[in-house]
Amino acid sequence: MEKFRRAYVAVDVLFDVNGKMIPRSITWEDGRIYGIDRIIDVRRAASLKAGGQGIRYTCRIRGREKYLFYDTDKWFVEAEER
Amino acid sequence: MNNFYASVECLYNPAIRNKPVAVVGDVEKRHGIVLAKNYIAKGFGIKTGNAVWEAKKLCPELVLVPPSYDKYLRFSKMTKEIYSEYTDCVESFGLDECWLDVSESTGLFGDGGQIADTIRERVKSELGLTVSVGVSWNKIFAKLGSDMKKPDVTTIITQDNYKGKVWPLAAEELLYVGRATKRKLRSVGILTIGDLAKADPKVLKSELGVNGIMLWRFANGLDDTAVSKLNDEFPIKSIGNSTTLPYDVTKENDIKITLYVLSESVAERLRDHNFLCRTVQIGIRDKNLYSYERQGKLSFETNSAGEIYKTAFALYNRNKPAYPIRGLSVRAADLSGASVRQLSCLEEFERMEKQERAEAAVDDIRRRFGHFSIQRGIMLTNTELSALDPKGEHVIHPVGFLK
Repeated sequence: MEKFRRAYVAVDVLFDVNGKMIPRSITWEDGRIYGIDRIIDVRRAASLKAGGQGIRYTCRIRGREKYLFYDTDKWFVEAEER
Repeated sequence: MNNFYASVECLYNPAIRNKPVAVVGDVEKRHGIVLAKNYIAKGFGIKTGNAVWEAKKLCPELVLVPPSYDKYLRFSKMTKEIYSEYTDCVESFGLDECWLDVSESTGLFGDGGQIADTIRERVKSELGLTVSVGVSWNKIFAKLGSDMKKPDVTTIITQDNYKGKVWPLAAEELLYVGRATKRKLRSVGILTIGDLAKADPKVLKSELGVNGIMLWRFANGLDDTAVSKLNDEFPIKSIGNSTTLPYDVTKENDIKITLYVLSESVAERLRDHNFLCRTVQIGIRDKNLYSYERQGKLSFETNSAGEIYKTAFALYNRNKPAYPIRGLSVRAADLSGASVRQLSCLEEFERMEKQERAEAAVDDIRRRFGHFSIQRGIMLTNTELSALDPKGEHVIHPVGFLK
């Protein structure tokens, strides 16, 4: 089984007038920036793959669906362990 | 919630999920006991309250994790938020257990069993933790049911099946049957909850007093205490703090420091709740784990740390232990609201009021710049002991059932 880890990332977030957070792009560990094309779902959820819990944004990034978690005050994605 | 502390730790660290895990206090500070463990660790016979060395002996590969109370509080709060979507009658029993009265919500969300299953699913997917739920018509059987099958199970106890499900269980499974009560019950031939239910209440009363009647009612499903509403606070009867010292203490100066630290925390909490106290109680535990408590009255009601300390130290001096001290506690009791107060023309009273104003100023400085920004001079003489901030560090105060 593949192993996953929590990779904490920098996220560019837009706060709308109601204070709702809309993540726009993720800066990966190596500095590459990935734009979020669409947010498909937002809900509170646990990350069973990488461990941890938070508000889970299901994002479409370059044609693929990725989970982005907001855990108290930080953002993380589930990354495959190399 | 199943193995609450340990489950949260395993959630955040999947690598230890399939290993025996125990959340343990700080060994260096001599708080080294098992606070929680997962099922794998339980399989090795490890129990909550075991010393770390005992636990390690039972299972050398045990993974030890320090507690992260902030996280536990956050998860406790999130679970209660989920519960409160189904009813406004949510009563906490410690950090990880709650009673919910869903009688009025069944029209919206289905019967007790369905609501229990929905909540279990939601807590699992949203928080990554498992809960066990007991569904019944009274709080005692609901609690009992939640403990019957774990993890992640709903147990339903009804008027029709309780005799078959509950009565064969050992009497000590019932809430408030502890070691002493168990022994007394055994002496009159009561082993199971069924025996208790069928016993003559008069006999129980003569053996156990009014608690005997209470237990008899519990066993027969006659408990009718209501589930309190969310955020209904119980009246606070006393406020106290205790600590286990990093080493056994004999020096008077060290005892003074610790009593000051505890008195300051107690006084600050009294002021937070706008209380005055009339009685001060200290608890002493010596190195052989023998412990005792002593209390004394104050001449005036107060919430001043200085006054509480004075009484606490005087109590200590009158009740010195024969052996070095391992743990100390200070408690303020006989509380009354600070808004109405008996005044006095005595000089002492004026001095005390002045002291209280000074302490209020200290509170304000600490609120703005942190607890350690202002301290008593004596604290500098032993920083190992004075580094404790009971109010800031220990946000979890144990809850009693029979308030």
